Amino acid sequence: MSDTTTEPSPTGDAAEAVLTIRDLRTFFQTDGHVVKAVDGVSFSVRRGETLGVVGESGSGKSVACLSALRLVPSPPAFHPSGEIRFQGRDLLRLPEQEIEALRGNRLAMIFQDPMTSLNPYLRVARQLTEVLEVHRGATPAAARQEAIAMLERVGIPDAGRRIDQYPHQFSGGMRQRVMIAMALLCQPEVLLADEPTTALDVTVQAQILELIAELQASLGTAVVLVTHDLGVVAGTADRVVVMYAGRIVEEGPTGELFADPQHPYTRGLLASMPRIDTPPTGHLEAIAGLPPDLGHLPTGCAFHPRCPLASDRCRREEPPVVAVSAEHRAACFEAEAGG
Amino acid sequence: MIGSILRRLLELVPTILVIVLASFALVRLAPGSPFSSEKEIPPEVRRQLDAKYGFDKPLPVQFLRYLGNLARGDLGLSTKYPQRTVNEIIAAGFPVTLTLAAVALVWSLLVGITAGIIGAVRQNTVWDHAAMAAALVGISIPSFVLGPLLVLVVSLRWHLLPPAGWGDWRHVILPGLTLGTIYAASIARLTRGGMLEVVRSDFIRTARAKGLSERLVIWRHMLKGGLLPVVSYLGPAIASMLTGSVVVEKIFNVPGIGPYFVDAAFNRDYFLVMGIVLLYAFFLLVMNLVVDITYSLLDPRIESS
Repeated sequence: MSDTTTEPSPTGDAAEAVLTIRDLRTFFQTDGHVVKAVDGVSFSVRRGETLGVVGESGSGKSVACLSALRLVPSPPAFHPSGEIRFQGRDLLRLPEQEIEALRGNRLAMIFQDPMTSLNPYLRVARQLTEVLEVHRGATPAAARQEAIAMLERVGIPDAGRRIDQYPHQFSGGMRQRVMIAMALLCQPEVLLADEPTTALDVTVQAQILELIAELQASLGTAVVLVTHDLGVVAGTADRVVVMYAGRIVEEGPTGELFADPQHPYTRGLLASMPRIDTPPTGHLEAIAGLPPDLGHLPTGCAFHPRCPLASDRCRREEPPVVAVSAEHRAACFEAEAGG
Repeated sequence: MIGSILRRLLELVPTILVIVLASFALVRLAPGSPFSSEKEIPPEVRRQLDAKYGFDKPLPVQFLRYLGNLARGDLGLSTKYPQRTVNEIIAAGFPVTLTLAAVALVWSLLVGITAGIIGAVRQNTVWDHAAMAAALVGISIPSFVLGPLLVLVVSLRWHLLPPAGWGDWRHVILPGLTLGTIYAASIARLTRGGMLEVVRSDFIRTARAKGLSERLVIWRHMLKGGLLPVVSYLGPAIASMLTGSVVVEKIFNVPGIGPYFVDAAFNRDYFLVMGIVLLYAFFLLVMNLVVDITYSLLDPRIESS
């Protein structure tokens, strides 16, 4: 089990992938029925790349990330099925101790709400140094020095003094910087960022995204950026995965996907983004209807009740994945095969 | 910090004055007097007794005199035990009660917090159900049942510990366990509740995402926040342990101050009643202050203002 060499991946496009998720399924047991939060999701992310994972609340994007680190509490969740390849190993089949050794070390995660994601009862110093002490066996003094250096690196002024403060003494943006510092202390191969800017002011959002991009460039970290905000994705992601009702409905390089969206859901998301370069029409576009109840999914394509193009076939059959171009795929009968 | 503690201590003075006034009034409002007994006391004897304790003066004068004595730390004379002062009675019984309280406290924290953590961490498993069932039994079983049961098994059947009395450490165990079990049960439930609040919080998910072991997650990240409800419960609990348990001290024939609480009231032993009420009130106030200070130490968001 100590094999750490990267195993060559069978599929060509994932040759340099650091993290490959294949056919991931995470189901929850609630009130007698099964909720399929993540239902057969596959994607991979390469070294130094940013992969945007987009979707509405409840589309399964956060659960997919949490499953990758096996952080979904079970119960109520069942153990995720599928495969998560990282450094030649399947994370879903690792013993608890081995996944612990990877978490926060080779694969780190940051969360949506920096107000609640830091422990209010412990000093920032404690919360940072423990990462180094646990994963690298660093001495307290060395860990402290490194933690201060990392805080400076993420742009916290007066880090030597502020490290001894408690989280409530930091502003929202500063807390998210602390979270990022915490996640990057061990220079992980993969950073899973779950809505890292959603709870922050717009001006701070841009700073945080810039910071992640900067650190990513210097450390070569692969970033999985989960967000519901297409604006965030447009500015930072190399590739985008669009999720709906626990499945991937479309994926492709950011530019191509934005220029030529194939799935009606992707088009709906893009259309509902207010644009600054077109004159305002007086009303905001929105996708009709509500996200489906994951415990009672519609038959056929899960999006058909909200889809303007829905036909009888969509209500009966699940649409196949159509390759639009080499890297661009969409799960829709209407998608135009190409490439 | 020290300044604010001193200020809080000074603020206790008016509270204590109100308690003195209220308890004085209540004791005197109760029908009967220290000297009303089945046997008629001759009027001249009665007058002498009243004069000795100052009961011949008007009530406001008596109250002011009591306050004056209290300021010098003199709690007055017992009417039931004429040769002893209230100070002497408390001084004799309090160390005994204190020893008992210490054993009860350690036992209740040890058992209560352990059971509570197990219940929270293994929520809805056999472990959780067993711990909470035990806690329910612990809360429900009165000490006058638990005490004799322990005596029956441990003393009379196994001959391990003396059934009653006071002397060396062996006498402390059974009454200590009996008294502590009631509190242990409450502490277990409060710990479990507090920990469950924390277990699902975002910062625990962060702690796990950092790759900390389950042990570190529990001890370093959950416990401080999870124990806050226990801390607020411990204030009044310790105060009541310190003033002794009537039932437990009677069952095990422990010479603490607990039984005086009831006996003094029955005997209309005015000064003894007030002495013990004030002792309890004092502990309660001080313990609440300690709880507040502990709170601000545990939760940095609470400023000790």
